[in-house]
Amino acid sequence: MSDTASLAPVTLSRRQFLVAGTSATGAFVLGMPLPNLLAGDDSTERQLGFFIEVQPDGRVIIGTNQPEIGQGVRTALPMLVAEELDVDWDTVNIRAMPLGLIKTADGYTWKYGGQGVGGSTGLTSNWDFMREVGATARQQLIRAAAARWNVAPDTCNTEPGYVVGPTRGARLSYADLVTDAAALAVPEERPPLKAVAEYRIVGKHHKTIDARDIVTGKAKYGIDTRQPDMRFAVIARSPYLNGRPHSFDDSDARKVDGVLDVFEIEGPAPGEPYQILASGVAVVATSTWAAIQGRAALEIVWDRGPNANDSSDAFWAENARLLDGKGQVVVDDGDFDAAMTGVDTVVEHRYEVPFVNHAPLEPQNCYAFVEADRCHIIAPTQMPAGAIQSAAWATGLEPEHIHVEFPRVGGGFGRRLTNDYVAEAALISKKTGWPIKLQWTREDDVKHDFYRPAGTHEMRAGLNARGEVLAWTQRLASASKYYRRPNMPDENLWEAELYPDDVPRNIVPNVRLEYFHNAIGVPRGSWRAPAHTANAFVIQSFIDEVAHETGQDPLQLRIDLYGEERELAYANHGGPTFNPGRLTRLLEFVADRIGYGTGTPDGRGIGLASHFTFGGYAAHAIEVEVSDSGDLSIERIVAAMDCGYAVHPNAVEAQLQGGTVDGISTALGLQITVKDGQIEQSNFHDYPLARIATFPSRFETHILPYDETPTGVGEIGVPTAAPALTNAIFAATGKRIRRLPILDQLKA
Amino acid sequence: MISFRVNSEDVVFEGDERTPLLWVLRDHSDLTGTKFGCGIGQCGACTVLVDGRAQRSCITPISSIEGRSITTIEGLATSDEELHPVQTAWLEYDVPQCGFCQAGQIMATVDLLQRIPNPTDADIDAQLTNICRCGTYARIRQAIHRAAELQVGGGRDV
Repeated sequence: MSDTASLAPVTLSRRQFLVAGTSATGAFVLGMPLPNLLAGDDSTERQLGFFIEVQPDGRVIIGTNQPEIGQGVRTALPMLVAEELDVDWDTVNIRAMPLGLIKTADGYTWKYGGQGVGGSTGLTSNWDFMREVGATARQQLIRAAAARWNVAPDTCNTEPGYVVGPTRGARLSYADLVTDAAALAVPEERPPLKAVAEYRIVGKHHKTIDARDIVTGKAKYGIDTRQPDMRFAVIARSPYLNGRPHSFDDSDARKVDGVLDVFEIEGPAPGEPYQILASGVAVVATSTWAAIQGRAALEIVWDRGPNANDSSDAFWAENARLLDGKGQVVVDDGDFDAAMTGVDTVVEHRYEVPFVNHAPLEPQNCYAFVEADRCHIIAPTQMPAGAIQSAAWATGLEPEHIHVEFPRVGGGFGRRLTNDYVAEAALISKKTGWPIKLQWTREDDVKHDFYRPAGTHEMRAGLNARGEVLAWTQRLASASKYYRRPNMPDENLWEAELYPDDVPRNIVPNVRLEYFHNAIGVPRGSWRAPAHTANAFVIQSFIDEVAHETGQDPLQLRIDLYGEERELAYANHGGPTFNPGRLTRLLEFVADRIGYGTGTPDGRGIGLASHFTFGGYAAHAIEVEVSDSGDLSIERIVAAMDCGYAVHPNAVEAQLQGGTVDGISTALGLQITVKDGQIEQSNFHDYPLARIATFPSRFETHILPYDETPTGVGEIGVPTAAPALTNAIFAATGKRIRRLPILDQLKA
Repeated sequence: MISFRVNSEDVVFEGDERTPLLWVLRDHSDLTGTKFGCGIGQCGACTVLVDGRAQRSCITPISSIEGRSITTIEGLATSDEELHPVQTAWLEYDVPQCGFCQAGQIMATVDLLQRIPNPTDADIDAQLTNICRCGTYARIRQAIHRAAELQVGGGRDV
């Protein structure tokens, strides 16, 4: 992820933050003011960044400021505004806003608030803000009406689209109040927000904004960008990790009809932070296909670089060697060694979790047009602010001269937190002077990614004669995600891989976590629910193993561990607290739904798992059948999520379904491996995302509301799917999967 | 020179005859509803109808399209108001997440329902091989069954 610290916003007071005004078309707008604008930045559009626009004809336009990657934020955030504004949802139009970075005399600030989605924060970080935007606009309209009626504002109320006064028949439409409302200053004090019980829009099912455009082919993604005089580019990136072109012959490439230019792109020095992923050779052409054909005709001799001997075999062997030694102890509660000397039973196993590719279905792409004093970027990105930084790095332009648009994104999964492809496109446009559409192919995407880190986890638990877990250790040797982060000390590398406050910390008295870093040259980054996918698999598998090896029921052991509802400290993302009793509630629910404990036929088994991820709680119960020859069939899936309060239940359900599919698909068949310094996989034939046939029609998802505070939902449903599946396989067959992906391990 | 029809309009393509239909549609005809996902016929994001049958356009050389009739997602609905039953079912079940694969899923389903008007779950498993990275499969399955119902009521050929 790019470092955005230098673009940290200046702090604005509420009064500076929201301002009312009138747009050029006479609409009432509410948005961010731009204090101390620089000379020349005085266009209407720039002066009135808006979130709400009430047109004179009564139409309401609500701006969305966050990237839509399929998580539904373009629907959910406007729902919050519309709720507090008090309008009918079907009168609302949605307008996507570009990145709102502006430079003021006080420094850079964000016209539309922070813009970026990751870590399941798109909703939660805008929950208060968007409601306040809506409530403030409603308050302005009430004050305008009250002034017209010469009554106190607190004697007035609203009905959808209207202000209603205290006298009989006093009723004014929002449209009639537009001009008056725009003239009123916004008060310093915050407006009251609705109680959840009053909601008419939030918490209800609505269709996804843009769904009609999607099913008719009208929705535009970054890959669909068409601009005047646009040329098309692809890059032949080094297939060797940290390799570079030694020399290349482009004579055949230049003969390909439509090829316009061929030149080298210089990548990062080995071990240094990334702006782009790899060195390579760019081909620019008049069409995508011509560029691809030109690339195929290149003759490149690669300098294989310092990682030419890297391999997965060596990586796993090195992990095993590391685990035989002593690592960095990062958590040491109680006295683990002393406790282990007194226990009745010791359970110990190692698990392996592979590198995986993000594989968003829209391959990376970026439109860039770099001119002498400005740059225009259109890109699928989760982090538009990072896109500005990438373009600034590539062009040398100041951020305020870089205009970033971010259309609907064809999947994120963490890949598009990093904007390396933006930097590449900007480099090519700068070099050629042309508007450039850079296109990655699927092979480019599989072979060049910031992969989910791989690691070997050694787990050990000591239990007393009553089956109580007294001591627990997790020793992880892995390739940290923080590899090649700027200014990242080695002693902090573990922080991306172990989340110390996960179960069973603060539950089991003696807990030790130990980390070993394995510095393979594979790039790595954030993959949906980052380290939770590995840790939930390992912890939830190991709890199952502990239960089986000590004669306990896996459900009951979890319930015994989690215990009653209570708040435990949780310092990692998703905290500050974690309530293990909420996991018990979900587990009991899914176990009951699937008929856990009521017996299954031979060859069938039910597995359970539950986990706390970034503030949200999830549990899965999965029933599988495994034939004598080792064919696996998933017969039934019951998934449940407690996201506190479900702002948009339709989208929550979708994320739980999708997270379940992602977790299962990845566990079944997905891994990235390395041989001779090169990624071995290249496309969906050898990186086989699961298809519909893998998933049964008996696939239930349940939302169990808890309170009135929403958590994010994009990642919560992923981590428990894999261990529920492998626990089910064990229940069906007695075969324990300790190495992902499952592949043909059941055939052995 | 290759002549063919796309969504009932005549198209002439004069470039490299090995160019995949996908890139002709996207770069030449500006019909970007048909998506590029893998380029090797694996994911199905590029699925279009060629003379009414589903085909993966990323591995279909334009030379094989001479005189053929192509329907893309943009040409599936009768009009802006009257969607194809498969599109209607997709909206009823609110299938899309990121939406990138859905044009291909819909075109593949149109073809499936022409061959098997009332498919079982097993038929769907065997016939629908398009990848959805977001994992909308549960809703796709429901929407296919719903589209089958809608087609029985007012079905039509493409």
